[in-house]
Amino acid sequence: MSDTTLGQWLVSEAPTSRRQAVLGNVYRNARAIVRNPTAFAGLVVVALLILMAIFAPWLSMGQSPLTQDLAGRLGAPSAVHWFGTDELGRDILARTLFGARATLTIVALVAVIVVPIGLAVGTVSGYMGGWVDRVLMRITDVFMAFPRLVLALAFAAALGPGIENAVIAIALTTWPPYARIARSETLAIAHSDFIQAAVLQGASTWRILFRHIVPLCLSSVIVRLTLDMAGIILTAAGLGFLGLGAQPPTPEWGAMVSSGRDVILDQWWVATIPGLAIFIVSLGFNLLGDGLRDVFDPKSA
Amino acid sequence: MSDPLLIVDDLNVTFPGLTGVTRAVRNASFTLGRERLGIVGESGSGKSTTGRALLGLVPRPGVVTARTMTYGGRDLLRLGEREWQELRGRRLSMVMQDPKFSLNPVKTVGEQIGETCRLHLKSTRKDAEQRTLKMLEAVQIRDPELVYHLYPHQLSGGMGQRVMIAMMLVAEPDLLIADEPTSALDVTVQNEVLRILDDLVRERGMGLIFISHNLTVVGSFCDRVLIMYGGRIVEELAARDLGNAQHPYTRALVAATPSLDADRPELATVTRDPKWLE
Repeated sequence: MSDTTLGQWLVSEAPTSRRQAVLGNVYRNARAIVRNPTAFAGLVVVALLILMAIFAPWLSMGQSPLTQDLAGRLGAPSAVHWFGTDELGRDILARTLFGARATLTIVALVAVIVVPIGLAVGTVSGYMGGWVDRVLMRITDVFMAFPRLVLALAFAAALGPGIENAVIAIALTTWPPYARIARSETLAIAHSDFIQAAVLQGASTWRILFRHIVPLCLSSVIVRLTLDMAGIILTAAGLGFLGLGAQPPTPEWGAMVSSGRDVILDQWWVATIPGLAIFIVSLGFNLLGDGLRDVFDPKSA
Repeated sequence: MSDPLLIVDDLNVTFPGLTGVTRAVRNASFTLGRERLGIVGESGSGKSTTGRALLGLVPRPGVVTARTMTYGGRDLLRLGEREWQELRGRRLSMVMQDPKFSLNPVKTVGEQIGETCRLHLKSTRKDAEQRTLKMLEAVQIRDPELVYHLYPHQLSGGMGQRVMIAMMLVAEPDLLIADEPTSALDVTVQNEVLRILDDLVRERGMGLIFISHNLTVVGSFCDRVLIMYGGRIVEELAARDLGNAQHPYTRALVAATPSLDADRPELATVTRDPKWLE
């Protein structure tokens, strides 16, 4: 099948099979993302980040992120070390590439922790109402009352430095907005007829919550999550910068910026390269989130 | 009539409000066997609230009280949440007004109907699918295999309501409450849906409570009719006797029904007498 006929088959107004209709919808959404220049830019950045993390050992061209070379410390960018070397003579390109792994791990783990917590608290709160609602929402208020980074710092300091603890600290400070979103969505649908119909079928409260309400809240939570990714990356880098994230010698962007701070005027590349990485990746996630919101917003269809 | 399925004696539903208590249903008493009972009345006369009270679904902060309210010998006033879950869908169920709002937009038709089977009949996935397809056929959906995989927004109103009926009847309950099941549908589709409902109820020997404000439909469709006004049952009579009703409100309602045969330049309106509420 040639390119144009495949395209026509996908956007056909009269699909002949269910699979054609589903694929057609996927294709339309994918097109909408690609057509939206900012969303597409974001998608490219995020895709590149993932590829970088996967192929870091090959992309770093034989340079190890950990091998020290004290004779060649703080070397300027050159043919061997494209982005120069840091204060222990380690290749900055390799460290930046491997740092993508730490960043992705943190982002993915936080997402996996935060979404279920937020959904559970929010839907239970919105559906049960009464004192359950009041107690759960006051707890989220307490979490939201503190600035995010300060709270994450406190948790990370209390739990001890390290990637796992940074993830826990970030997750603990990120879930409240998700609970709020899930709650407001739940309030809007809890009294609709189809929930009553599910009650009439004899469905239990838990069944209604997880089978009927959660699927409806999921889309707005996912959009919120992509928009939040940038914030999560910045918080992670912030913790790393302050020495509460990944521990040396593990390459992590925030920690790398921090180690380059002392020499920022003379050997600018040490802090600049990981800083640029942080900047580009958070921008990419933000653009992608904006684009996804536009594509999946049912109201602007 | 054999043993009645449902006995309701002195049912009251009240909602506390700022200006005192609103009495949505007052001293309603009736029994129901395996027959078709119509409840007619204007908006706000307590028809739907009565239906919901029977299913334990009166929204907070409403209060339901009754001298007796039993269903198949079980006291509905004393059921716990778990017992309600077993009863609803399996023994009692309800078809709601508008299929656009009463079907979950993110679940397919098959999933929604199958859910009842899996909850009550402990069906396997395969068995639930079989029953669902059979049920879709019973509500005269032409291509059950296709509709099984559709989402509610892909259905027409009439099909949606038939899916709703299928969903509520698949576990073979003994009593179905239909709360204005055809009000949201086109007139032409109304008759079709009513006929399907009628056939199924007759075939399975179920009890039916048919809540409507359409006197003509109720008159031709039910065995007995309760007329409600202001939360009170003002009259109970056999459907064929609607023409010679005793209560002035029923007579006024009947008189206000337009008819093709009689040439009336002006339709009668209902003059209300506050004494009816006492």
